[in-house]
Amino acid sequence: MNNPGTVGVVMLVHEALDRAAQVARHWAASGCPVVVHVDLQVSDDDFAGFSNGLSDLPNLVFSNRHRCEWGAWSLVQASQTAAKLMLDTYPDVRHVYLASGSCLPLRPVQELVDYLDERPRTDFIESTTTQDVPWTTGGLNSERFTLRFPFSWKRHRRLFDRFVRLQRRVGYKRKMPDGLIPHLGSQWWCLTRQTLSALLEDPKRKIYENYFKWVWIPDESYYQTMVRLYSTNIESRSLTLAKFDYQGKPHTFYNDHLQLLRRSDCFVARKIWPRADRLYQAFLNTNSSNLKHTEPNPGKIDRVFSKAVERRTLGRAGLYMQSRYPVEGRENGLTASGYSVLQGFDELLLDFSPWLEKNAGVKVHGHLFSPERAEFSDGGPVYNGCLSESALVRDYNPKSFLTNLIWNARGEHQCFQFGPNDTQALNWFIAKDPNAHIHIITGAWVVPLFHSNLNFSEIRKEAARLQRIESAQLNVLRSPYVKARVQTLNMSEFVESPMEVLQTILDAIGPRNMRALSEVPKLVDLTGFGKFLQNLKNQGMHPYLMGDFPADTLGIQKPPKPRKPYLVRK
Amino acid sequence: MVSNRTGQIEPCDIIVFSTIRNERVRLPYFLKYYRDMGVNHFVFVDNDSDDGSREYIAGQPDASIWTTKHSYKTARFGTDWLNWLLSRYGRGHWTLTVDVDEFLVFPFSDTRPLRALTDWLDASSIPSFSAMLLDMYPKGRIDAVPYEEGQDPFEIAAWFDSGNYTISKNNRYANLWIQGGPRARTFFTQNPERAPAMNKIPLVKWDRHYTYVSSTHMLLPRILNKVYDVGGGEKASGCLLHAKFLDTFGAKAKEELKRGQHYANSHEYKAYHDAMRQDPDLWCKWSEKYINWRQLEILGLMSKGNWA
Repeated sequence: MNNPGTVGVVMLVHEALDRAAQVARHWAASGCPVVVHVDLQVSDDDFAGFSNGLSDLPNLVFSNRHRCEWGAWSLVQASQTAAKLMLDTYPDVRHVYLASGSCLPLRPVQELVDYLDERPRTDFIESTTTQDVPWTTGGLNSERFTLRFPFSWKRHRRLFDRFVRLQRRVGYKRKMPDGLIPHLGSQWWCLTRQTLSALLEDPKRKIYENYFKWVWIPDESYYQTMVRLYSTNIESRSLTLAKFDYQGKPHTFYNDHLQLLRRSDCFVARKIWPRADRLYQAFLNTNSSNLKHTEPNPGKIDRVFSKAVERRTLGRAGLYMQSRYPVEGRENGLTASGYSVLQGFDELLLDFSPWLEKNAGVKVHGHLFSPERAEFSDGGPVYNGCLSESALVRDYNPKSFLTNLIWNARGEHQCFQFGPNDTQALNWFIAKDPNAHIHIITGAWVVPLFHSNLNFSEIRKEAARLQRIESAQLNVLRSPYVKARVQTLNMSEFVESPMEVLQTILDAIGPRNMRALSEVPKLVDLTGFGKFLQNLKNQGMHPYLMGDFPADTLGIQKPPKPRKPYLVRK
Repeated sequence: MVSNRTGQIEPCDIIVFSTIRNERVRLPYFLKYYRDMGVNHFVFVDNDSDDGSREYIAGQPDASIWTTKHSYKTARFGTDWLNWLLSRYGRGHWTLTVDVDEFLVFPFSDTRPLRALTDWLDASSIPSFSAMLLDMYPKGRIDAVPYEEGQDPFEIAAWFDSGNYTISKNNRYANLWIQGGPRARTFFTQNPERAPAMNKIPLVKWDRHYTYVSSTHMLLPRILNKVYDVGGGEKASGCLLHAKFLDTFGAKAKEELKRGQHYANSHEYKAYHDAMRQDPDLWCKWSEKYINWRQLEILGLMSKGNWA
């Protein structure tokens, strides 16, 4: 060990004293002078036990104690007092490292000493102008500097908020002392003696302090702003790895972070859970025989924690569960992935579903919302995720049924048949969902009636009912709020050129289906359909959703032409 | 009979609260499971057991037990008893209110003790933690494999329904009302609105103003029920693996039906009883086999939230 004692550690301690003692001992035993500040709120007994436990260390002293409160000036005072004591007591110290009781050195202390010895004039302090910081805890950024904050954010939140509002209303603005440009950054710094002493000995220190006393969270802005006056060489980053959540609260490290921390190559990490035995065990017993001289590389750990922030703020699209239940409009994705609603195809085309399954390579459900049961693609009573086919269960909460179906499919595109005979409860939901691809051949529901053996008066009644339902559905799809991709055409238009429509369906499902269609499903027999429509009209109904089909009023049937399969012309 | 060891409770202890009735065979594993998780003390209400449950608990060094012969039903299904004990002994503690067939899993529960979670909740000023009930069942007849004392019940009941839960919001108490799972899919297809509630908020930093309204499904004040994010994000949550469907279930259903002490005239137990007489197999080809909490996270049944 050849630690010359050029790096001094100032430790701010307020809880988990046993861990703080362990780390303080580690720093001191590795040759770094240590000054410990213990929060005045720690009881005298606890403090006595703590300081007695460390009394054998020759290079560790305790500073005067301040009562510290989160977000308040007292935290800066504590670090000032301790830093001053450090500079006065240990003349060899060149860099002062500010750490907390829940910080843990991840690399051998010697590596940090070497690293700083190679950069004797560099101040490591994250110091960014207010415009450039992404964190805005409490919605305050530059206002931290222009308002006054006499009330505790943690203890008197209401007063705090009220006072902020009041100042905003009356347009109160504090003036910054001349020459200062507000900067923010992590409160864990490592400054050179030159910079630190210039800061502490500045004759105008009182003026600056009077200003910063009323700034909010001054430990994140006082040093960060002041160093800009004195330092000649600022490296704007913290040597302490500290991750913050979306509310500005520090993340805690646990035993299971061991490998991540190890690979980060950071010098110090914060905060460590006091009961993370394995971390303390592993990092306080690091072998300093083969020293590394690598740069800290927190990239991987950054990703883990930024993913946590993303999960907490955005969540997983299309997921509805016990701890994610967005109000309307805040869903960040109504459903998890794309799906196709196919209306009228089943009625007009023979074996449409098998054809689509084959050509699109996806599972195609029948009428999922049929009044009898959910017709899952495999015909079973239960489907992926254990969804029940029971119409009662489905209609009890149709939105859950659909969002579950899509979520359970894990991105596999779902297709299902739909029609006016089915539950219409989700028309608005689906219409507003950008994941929905809705393809409708209007009026096709009449084909089964056309083929049915019902009395014509019943057919007429049923046709009127279905037309009313489909018409209401189409009205929804014409709303300006529609986000789904909707393709509607009437039956006669479809019969004219079915190929294009079928191709659109395939395109919506996925790019792998770009190859040209080689076979297409056959149309059902529509001989006499025009006459059938005319009969409906003659009965006083107005079947308009099908489009135009000439009525063969003469009753002469042309001999049925054998239909050729459609071929693609490309 | 009372065995009161609550004097041992330290200020930071995590306490389990539970009501029991004839659960002797389940107790050893239940106690072990939660001791291993870091629970410090157990507080039981015994509703007139006659199978030795009471004596067994009285012999445990870290458990207290109160006994009542009163009606489970008039005590609002045990909620009143628990509320009383919670207000008496739970105040200021993290309390976990679970039945002996409910086993909590939470994010990182395989690598972090419960204390890590409660410390994090404390630091985040979150007073209540949601853990949805997840019905676990065996493959084959429920009564095919007998449960042995001390055994991990999920060696037998290893399967669950992953994606058939329905959610609606209860505006009165601001809680979510979750239904679904194998019971809804098999016993309640004719009256899905009667399927049992799966939403639970079992882990609470207890305060004297708090009270459970109905079982652990919801609490007052309402703020404690807001365990879900409404802006699209995910809050942290866990699951209560429910080891109800073991061979012990048939006898239990019969007994409970006879006592008629359960919610809404025990219609739930009626449904079970009828179904159990036919073919009591809850397993289907879409059933998911339990692996760990990460699997439940990926399936979207629980979330890490911003705990990392």
